[in-house]
Amino acid sequence: MRRLITQTGEWFDRRLQLAAPIREAAEHPVPRNTASWWYVFGSAALTVFLLQLVTGILLALIYVPSASEAWSSLQALNHDVALGWFIRAMHGWGSNFMVAIVLIHMVQVFLFGAYKFPRELTWILGVFLLLMTLGMAFSGQVLRFDQDAYWGLGIGASIASRIPIAGPVIVKLMLGGPIIAGATLSRFFALHVFVIPGMLIGFVCLHLLMVLKLGINEWPMPGRLVKRATYENEYHQLTRKYGAPFVPYAIWKDLFFAAFILLAVAACALYFGPFGPTGRPDPTIIQTAPKPDYFFLWLYALLSLLPPSMETPALLIGPVIAIAALVLLPFLSGEGEKSWRRRPIAVLTVLLVAITLGTLTHLSGYTPWSPHMNAWSSDPVPAKFLHGTTALQRQGALVFQLKQCRNCHSIGESGGQRGPALDSVAVRLTQDQLIRQVIQGGGNMPAYGKNLSPAETTALVAFLETLHPAGQTPARDAALTEAQAEGQDKNKSVSVQ
Amino acid sequence: MSNENTISRRGLFVKIGVLFNGLVATALAVPIVRFVLSSVTRGRANAYLSWVPIGSVADFPEGETRLATFKNPYVMPTDGKTVDTACWVRRVAGDQFQVFAVNCAHLGCPVRWFPQSGLFMCPCHGGAYYRDGSRASGPPERGLFEYPYKVQDGLVTIQAGELPTPGSPTASLIGRKPPCAA
Repeated sequence: MRRLITQTGEWFDRRLQLAAPIREAAEHPVPRNTASWWYVFGSAALTVFLLQLVTGILLALIYVPSASEAWSSLQALNHDVALGWFIRAMHGWGSNFMVAIVLIHMVQVFLFGAYKFPRELTWILGVFLLLMTLGMAFSGQVLRFDQDAYWGLGIGASIASRIPIAGPVIVKLMLGGPIIAGATLSRFFALHVFVIPGMLIGFVCLHLLMVLKLGINEWPMPGRLVKRATYENEYHQLTRKYGAPFVPYAIWKDLFFAAFILLAVAACALYFGPFGPTGRPDPTIIQTAPKPDYFFLWLYALLSLLPPSMETPALLIGPVIAIAALVLLPFLSGEGEKSWRRRPIAVLTVLLVAITLGTLTHLSGYTPWSPHMNAWSSDPVPAKFLHGTTALQRQGALVFQLKQCRNCHSIGESGGQRGPALDSVAVRLTQDQLIRQVIQGGGNMPAYGKNLSPAETTALVAFLETLHPAGQTPARDAALTEAQAEGQDKNKSVSVQ
Repeated sequence: MSNENTISRRGLFVKIGVLFNGLVATALAVPIVRFVLSSVTRGRANAYLSWVPIGSVADFPEGETRLATFKNPYVMPTDGKTVDTACWVRRVAGDQFQVFAVNCAHLGCPVRWFPQSGLFMCPCHGGAYYRDGSRASGPPERGLFEYPYKVQDGLVTIQAGELPTPGSPTASLIGRKPPCAA
């Protein structure tokens, strides 16, 4: 039996002649200290990519890329096809994991100085792989053709339309027509299933080939500087003299981590289930608050926090600068220190970017900038704000709810957070200031002058004046009280005379 | 001598072969590029726009703002529900109307009308507009997009057909900042 297998193998290899190059690649010597848990993220990204290929093909067996059918075919996958929900969940969670692992891989490569000579091109290919991964993430969200996908496309179109001169052309190219419709979904399907994966496979092969040809980056030692003239010799010494074969010396950690990641994806898929689809992609249903998938949440937050005039420049120039910086990085610092221990600015840059993205993502978890569209009709006025109030003040509380003030202003910790909380507004603003603010608006608040009768304004302000913590006096206009006191004094003196 | 000749003859054939392929590729590129750009070229001179009815005048009480829906005039067989479009119709008085796109002028999320406070609010980034469509607060840099409308034989029709986006020429054509009519 064993002889038969050997003979068959030999028969094939005489014709394929692949055994020798594969063995050579597998056993190529690597620096001993690269057999580290820090060096597993690249192979993990490849593993998740392969998972995405397999689950993607499986989904394509059922999915229909038509604007009229896509949503129902996803429902069928979720509910009718045996384990369709699990394959969808694996693909969705696989996408989240892939974005995360690619980012971690990039940070590790950056901090270990692996982008320096002679691996500049490997890094640049990696930058394009990151962009393609994000492209897959966005186009994948579009294929989940639900309300979020529909309005998300609208947001994409609005951003693209701001590009000077070419904007409208790009929008029509992106949508495949004048509106978001059947042609839009079809072209995103072509992008997600043929164009980007094809490019990804090509780039991944090149990326891997270069890792093999140039060798894996050695563990960076503080003080061991990269010089173009000597580096290749030094690396040769590390691998030929002191190195160890990749298989089995280093690969076992890659194998363990890859299996662990696949298990983690499967666990998330089992526990959390598939993503959506949310409501039908029917543009006449406008009771919706679309939100992007998690890897674009930071952008969602940024777009609401930037001053309006900064938005278009930031949207159009920001990505260009970011991509240019990443591509140019190996040319700007292609030599020198590799160890992160001696590159404080590199470490600080990573921390700054991570904290910024993390904070923005965290903020979009509870979107303080979005009005709570139903707060006015659903959030009760806490009883403590009504206790012991006059009829006028209670009338004001009604106005406060009915005029949707609550959608942007919270009291008693419920309501919108777009504007400031009003629990203690009376301490900050005097009666006159309250009236002015309500009628004229300003500071990012609409003017309510045309939508409030004088009686309503009076009632509303009377209610707002009660909003101060017990024991803290409401704000008062010192000048006004002075003037009134003076006036009374004058009256007194007049009456005395 | 003859050797060199044979080589250059082969070389010449290779060059002619490359040139021939180049010519064929260029010729094929014309239909390919025209196909890829078809959605752009078709939309030139606002060819996507046409007049569509959104309801009779009686459907819209004076002084109120109501949601109306219409079918996008340009339809493909696989469009499904996506061609159904919503718009906010404000009947100012008599035959005087304002028809707004539901798409926020910031990033296109659907704005909702609150008659009690007379505001359109956007659920995404908190853009707000007054009843006449002008910007009230939040990130939008302009008022709501407005469709041109006509009233004929008691029927309200609007000129529609393109997704209104901040940069599209139709948006600037039809979406001039609404006059501050109260």
